[in-house]
Formats: sequence, structure tokens, C-alpha cells
Amino acid sequence: MRPVYAISGGVSKFAKARPDKTFPAVVQEAYAYAIADIGLEFPAFTRLADGSVASYFSDHFTRQLMAGIMVQDYLGLCPKPSHRVEGGGATGGLCFQEAWKSVASGHMDVCVAYGFETMSHVETWKGNEFIALASDVSFDYPVGGFYSGYYAMMVTRHMKEFGTTAEQLAHVSVKNHQNAFHNPYAQKRSRLTIEDVRTAPMVAWPLTRLDICVMSDGAAVTLLASEEGLRRLEDAGAHIARPLVRVKGIGRGTDAMRMADRPHTDYDYFMEHYATEQEKGSDETRRYYKALWKQGTRYPGVHSFRAGRTAGNMAYRQAGIENPLAELDFIELHDAYTSSEIQTYEDMGLCRYGEGGPFAASGKAFMPGVEYGLRLSEKPVCPVNPSGGLIACGHPVGATGLMQAVFAIWQLQGSLGKHFGDETLQVRGAQRGAIHSHAGTGTYVTVSILEQEA
Amino acid sequence: MSNPAPKREESLGGYIVHGVPFPIETDPGALAFLKRMAPLRIEQEYCITYLHSYGQDSPWFAGLTNRRLLASRDEGSGYTYVNPRGHDMYSGEETQWIDITDRPAHVHAFTVCHFGSEEFLPETPFVLALVEFEGVDTLLLTRLLGLDPMSATLDWIGMSVQPQFLRNSKLKPTDVYFVPK
Repeated sequence: MRPVYAISGGVSKFAKARPDKTFPAVVQEAYAYAIADIGLEFPAFTRLADGSVASYFSDHFTRQLMAGIMVQDYLGLCPKPSHRVEGGGATGGLCFQEAWKSVASGHMDVCVAYGFETMSHVETWKGNEFIALASDVSFDYPVGGFYSGYYAMMVTRHMKEFGTTAEQLAHVSVKNHQNAFHNPYAQKRSRLTIEDVRTAPMVAWPLTRLDICVMSDGAAVTLLASEEGLRRLEDAGAHIARPLVRVKGIGRGTDAMRMADRPHTDYDYFMEHYATEQEKGSDETRRYYKALWKQGTRYPGVHSFRAGRTAGNMAYRQAGIENPLAELDFIELHDAYTSSEIQTYEDMGLCRYGEGGPFAASGKAFMPGVEYGLRLSEKPVCPVNPSGGLIACGHPVGATGLMQAVFAIWQLQGSLGKHFGDETLQVRGAQRGAIHSHAGTGTYVTVSILEQEA
Repeated sequence: MSNPAPKREESLGGYIVHGVPFPIETDPGALAFLKRMAPLRIEQEYCITYLHSYGQDSPWFAGLTNRRLLASRDEGSGYTYVNPRGHDMYSGEETQWIDITDRPAHVHAFTVCHFGSEEFLPETPFVLALVEFEGVDTLLLTRLLGLDPMSATLDWIGMSVQPQFLRNSKLKPTDVYFVPK
């Protein structure tokens, strides 16, 4: 595989509704921004782009089949090759990785990854129904199809087995909303307290409205290139930021469509197939897990995502990462729920399974230099969702994974302040970051590692 | 108790308008002004009835109609699925039907849905649960009745429950629900 560079990106303003433009025109906002950021004129870039990958989740929301080709057409990319990817909430992450494959394989030298969703065309509760159709329509949807309900069941099991508290979940909401206060692209920029989160209207016990991301309209675009692509773009006058940002590793995992069908494996199987290298190498951690299993924990059960652990381990191996907490400078992860951020800390090996609650409230995943109004026992180690994540930025599904990629590119270029008009969220000295995209109840998960080229 | 909603819920629908403001003359100035026009929004209805087949899983629903809860089992390993599966995910072999109606069952996880998808909003608040069965390797998503949804507690997890069946079957997974034993 050839080296692949993430050279630029653009994000439309995420909003509850964008009736001012059709979805192809919203994608065009992000696309034009990404092209302008490398200093090329639209026709010059169009001439050099080899093709694209389109990302959107639901045909229901747009009530339009073949929406991808409408964007390809609007962006002036016809007749170049393109295809649409779809994998629920992970659609954007899958799109980013498919674009990576197009370049890494030698099929393309310059590839555009674009994604969008227009969720405002139906009312919120109909939108929830559409999303719930991403659960088995024979067995799960008719019982009360509602994703917040599915995730809340994971939470109650997590709380029961590991002692996780609703207040620990609320720390994630406070952190991500406060981070987004400095992100002009975010939909919800709020200063919250733990009490605000806990007293918000209950949606699915114990998750309140402030534990859950909102529906959005929006688009995001990233531009990926090979070394040959870089040369062609720069020969045409592009100014590509140095140090370059290279996509160093990709990982993916899957799990059963019905979370009720996830297996409950024993300790030995878990240690052999799912434990991180760090976990395998620690006698203390082996004892910790042995004790968990003794008290009834099984993996992945309903509280954990083996797709996420699989994706993380795969991406870490490819990128040469052994201790993700110490070796990643930031992570943009799929926090559709505060609880899923906590579950993902564990899947991505930032802490052990069962320790996500205390980890969330410790301060390790917070941004340095931001006042949260919380008493945190630890200093920031690896900021998680410095952008504000899905909870605060919004979750226009097909755009979300690509939005994470754009923010990661800007972090690693050191250009976040330029794009946000505010330096607060720039992680100082960021050299390596991860993006994590997640679908369904953990059915598809992607992890991609981006880092500065030495 | 949370505070009452501070604003009225929005809904789609409204008056039909037969015409909208538009320049009388399409001179360059008027055409340029159209760039500042607010978007027009219309309603589009979409209603469809699907003929959905349960295929190889049909006996499971037929069982509910007859007050029996079936599961599928791999004969070789004994791995058992309460949501039926025609082929075992490990051996690839065809599974066989077994009856688990009278197996001891417990609440594995639950939530109380205070909101929901549009179809289920009128039923809120309701208790959604994952139930585990003795000798069965997977869980069942179901409704839990007979508990006060406003008094949710983690103590419900582990509670012994038993199935109840609708007398008038709808051929849906909600033909079975669970109550405390």
C-alpha cells in the first residue's frame, strides 16, 4: 500500500435545518472550502481529482435515491469514478477509509471524500423512527424501536456491573458542550453543569436530553492524495500545509445486528482475541479481568463494543501504537451518547473495561486550558472530542465521520485556530490523533490514525 | 419532576398557498434580488405498505401465537439463540427448534423510554428490557410490564420474570412480553 496524505478539509455549518440550500449545495460549501484552503481554483482542482467516494446514511431522510450522484454532478466531478458507501452512523468513517483505499491501492492519486445528511426534512420523532429502522425490523424495531432506548439498556448494564454513575456520564456532556463553545461549526455551544445534564428531560432512563446528540443538517469533505497526487497538485500551484498529515493506520470491526445476539465469551477467549497488547502484557490487568469475570462479566455482552475493540487494535497495529493513551495526542470519537463515549474509552484501550466511568470524571480526556467548572482529579492526558463531538457539533450522519477527519487534519496541521477563529481547542504539539466512527448498536466501527509526517 | 417545556412543539402542515411573491418584471435588478429570497418549503407525503416475510423465522412467530416461546439451537454445540437463526454462526449448520417457554428468565438490562420513535410515542413511558434465559446463549429484547416506570432502579436487573402472551396475536415480537415472577 502507498502512503496516503489527508491534505485538506471543509465542514459546512451544522444546524438543525438548512432550508436555505439543497444538500448538493451544502456539500459544495465544504468542498469549495477544502479546495480554497490549498490555494487552488475550482477548475484546477477538478481537473486533478481522480474521483470520489460519497457518504450518506439514509435514503429515507432525503426521500431521494441516488443522492450521491446528485452531489457528484453538482460538484462538477462527473464523469470521474465514484461510489456511495453506507454503514449507519459509521458511514463517514467508512467513506474516509474507502477514499484511503482508493489512493493507497494506486487506483487514484487524488480522491475526494464527501458526506452529508439532511435530517430536518422530517420531524424529530419521525427521524427517530427512521434511525430505528437501522435495527432488525422483524425482532427489534416493533418492540419499541428507539436508539436512545437501546443505548440506555447498555448503560444500565454498565452501571450494574461496573458501578458507573449517571454523574460520570454527565461529565462527558459538560466537557463536550464546553469544548464546542469555542467551535464555530458546532450546533450546540453551551456551558453546562452536571446538574443541568441530570435535570434535563429524561429520554431513556438514565439518559437525559443532554446525554444525547441531536439531529442535524450538514456536510463535510476531505481531500486525500498520494505522493504523486501531492506533486501534481503542487505543480498546479497548490499550497499544501507542512508537515504533511499522513493516514497511518485504519481498522474496522463488526458485530451482530441485534445487540441481544452479541456473544458472552469467557475470560480466556477475551484475553486471546480482544485484549490490547498493553492488557496482555500486564499481570495486574490479567488479575483485574479475572476478578471481573469471577463476578459475572462476559464479553462483549451488551455493555461493550467488540467491533470498536477490533477496529482499534487493528489500527494501532498498523500505526505501531502500543499505549494509545500515551501515544495519541487527541481523539475525535463517536459520542452519540455520553455513555457511548465512556464505552469507547474502554474499546479504544484508554482504560480497561469497567473503568470508563471513573476515567470520564478524572479529567484525563479534557482539554487543557479550558474552564469546565468541574473539580477534576487528574490533568488532561489525551483530549477526547476537543471539537465538542457529536453531542455538541451535531450528527448529520453521513458527514459526521468526515467532520472528525477534517478537525483531525486541522489539529495536526496546527491550523485549528485559523479555521475556528479561536486557538483554544488547538492541542499544542499534536503529532498523532485518532478518529472513530460507530454504527448501530456497535455493528460497524472504524478507527483511523492520522499523524504528522516526520 | 422536570420543568414543563418552555415552548410549544412544532408540527409540519399548514395552509396551502396558491402563489408566492415574485417580481412583476424580471429585469436584472429584480433577478439579482432573487439571490436574497427565502427558501420555499413544501410537504411531500410518503406512505407505503410492505408485505414483509419472516421467512425461515416464521415458526417463532407462529409459536407466540400459540403461547410458546421457541429458540434455535445448534445440535452439535448446543449454542442456543432466543432470537431465531436458521444457521449457527459458528458451525454454519442448520439449527433446530426448541421450546424455552418455561425456562427460568431474568432481566439482564432495561430502560424506561420516556420518548420514542413516532410510532411508539403514544405508548411512553414504557419499559424496554433484555431478558436472559437459563441455558440460552443470547438475550431477548422485549417489553416489561407490571413495574412502575417512574420508579426505575438498577435493582430490576436480575429480577426473575416470566412470559405472557397476547390472546389476540398480531404476529409481532410484542406478542410476548414479560412480567415479574
